[in-house]
Amino acid sequence: MDPTFSADAQVQRLRQHIAATESQLTALKLQLQQAEQAAEIASYLNGAYQGGLAADWRDEICGALQYDTPRPLPEDTWQDGESGGPTSAKWTTDHVSQQRWPLQSEEYKRYGRQMIMPEIGLHGQLRLRSAKVLVVGVGGLGCPAAAYLAGAGVGTLGLMDGDTVEVSNLHRQIAHSSARVGSMKVDSAVEYLRSLNDCVNYESHPHHLTPEKAISTFEQYDLVLDCTDHPTSRYLISDACVLTGKPLVSASALKTEGQLIVLNNPARPPGDASGGPCYRCIFPKPPPAETVLSCGDGGILGPVVGVMGVLQALEAIKLLTAKLPPTDLDWAMDLAADEVPAPAELVRPTMLMFSAYSTPQFRSVRLRSRRAACAVCSTEATITRQNLTSGSLDYVAFCGVTTPIKALATTAQVTATQFSQLPTDGSNVLVDVRDETQYAICALRGSVNVPWTGNADTWLEEAIRVGAVAELGDGRDRYFVCRLGNDSQLAAKAVMDNVLEGRAKDIKGGFRAWREEVDPSWPDY
Amino acid sequence: MTTDSIPVAVEFTGGLELLFSNQRKHQVTLPARGTEGTPSTVGYLVKWLCENLIRDPRKDMFVLDDSVRPGILVLINDADWELEGEEKYELQANDEIVFVSTLHGG
Repeated sequence: MDPTFSADAQVQRLRQHIAATESQLTALKLQLQQAEQAAEIASYLNGAYQGGLAADWRDEICGALQYDTPRPLPEDTWQDGESGGPTSAKWTTDHVSQQRWPLQSEEYKRYGRQMIMPEIGLHGQLRLRSAKVLVVGVGGLGCPAAAYLAGAGVGTLGLMDGDTVEVSNLHRQIAHSSARVGSMKVDSAVEYLRSLNDCVNYESHPHHLTPEKAISTFEQYDLVLDCTDHPTSRYLISDACVLTGKPLVSASALKTEGQLIVLNNPARPPGDASGGPCYRCIFPKPPPAETVLSCGDGGILGPVVGVMGVLQALEAIKLLTAKLPPTDLDWAMDLAADEVPAPAELVRPTMLMFSAYSTPQFRSVRLRSRRAACAVCSTEATITRQNLTSGSLDYVAFCGVTTPIKALATTAQVTATQFSQLPTDGSNVLVDVRDETQYAICALRGSVNVPWTGNADTWLEEAIRVGAVAELGDGRDRYFVCRLGNDSQLAAKAVMDNVLEGRAKDIKGGFRAWREEVDPSWPDY
Repeated sequence: MTTDSIPVAVEFTGGLELLFSNQRKHQVTLPARGTEGTPSTVGYLVKWLCENLIRDPRKDMFVLDDSVRPGILVLINDADWELEGEEKYELQANDEIVFVSTLHGG
């Protein structure tokens, strides 16, 4: 036998062995913690029963609490009424009711409408109360997601975002307000959420997620929602979720469509093939940077991203209140018994696609399971806690960056001011290359609209067909403009290269520069 | 319909429809067998779409290095094509193949 091969096989075997043993240890620790909690709760419930807790509920509450860390109660509430020595009537009522019922009277009223459903019930409400959820990105997805999670009574809600509120956010980012434009999004959202539900503990993380801080932050939570808007953060969040063992509810939206995936569910250690797939399993390679369109460039309909954020909150509530907790114990037992769980018990990974203008609007598709060679969740993982935290992984480089277009020499460009001073005697032609929709919002009188097609040949053909550009030249200068000054350079270059050398010029910075330099009333859409 | 052709429903979403005359759903008919007599696969369909259906010259927004570019999910009858054998999946009459560009906005 080839000695290299045999050594490799042994390394492989040892890795698998270590992964399995680590899984088992984690599982045993979890079991111990739960057994300790169960013992504590049992004695507490015994007291509660003496106080009048319905006997039918005991098993349910006990069952629910076994998987939960109960909110630490003030020490004296654990004592019995006689010896506690209440000093006021108010205290006595709270004290007694707290001892008899696992929730405060306010909580029964506030959450009653969801608690009376069998899907939630008392056990579900207790789980929500002991849950810690992190929402990364407090924008179009994060605002509605956080609002519904706060409303539902999640115990701790963490909010992370490094941006400030802008007016252009308000049509969809419902936690912010006109009065809070310029505030940190996290602060604005906490203010909104507190007025919605003050029983929740809000944790502010007013900065963008970095690889260095990701692990230590995620470790403080049970579940993470990816409400960000770029592949860079999507890969980072997914990696950190795998390495900290947290399930991830990921959503995205653009224009009239949205996508939702629950990842790393169940959240099992890297190398355990029965865990749910991560973002890298589904998308091992990032898309080319130039194919990634932001909401600012592509547009977004408010209710579309709202629907996706609300669905994230829904999936989070389902995960947190599931009869078997997300970090279910069965896998520990399965490992101990050396059994493979039956396929029927596995969570089938799916992606939900929403398309506002299609019929049907929703469609659920089946996704693959964990990838055997995944860079983060497989036995061959190369991404570890250590190299994530040390900052040695460059997510920006991995996803690629688009550099601002610089297709022309400065001599082929004029400033907006220079253009505004040109004679309006018909000696020049202004070609506006924005799409028809933007052209219809605002346009300069006398301009010709030839939307940039993304390709020099097809665009030039169209420009000549509509007479915006003369194939043989007609003695007039052509000026090109767009929203920000990128596409117009490409159009000007197409004309210079093929038709009118020297007689095509680009207006530098497009209509943004026009508004800043020439016409402050120009619509800032 | 003859047995030497296969009707397939093709759909583009997530912005990919812009490359295909801004039309999401297309009903196409492919030869049942390739030039070597082998059954037509999804890999063949991708090539066929590049030669026959794509209207936009930016083919690299759809195919890179002879395969569907990263960031596009291919679904065969509502399942990730990785569950069905990827390019090698042999097309059946009336299969529904969806190409989804992943979204990143939020």
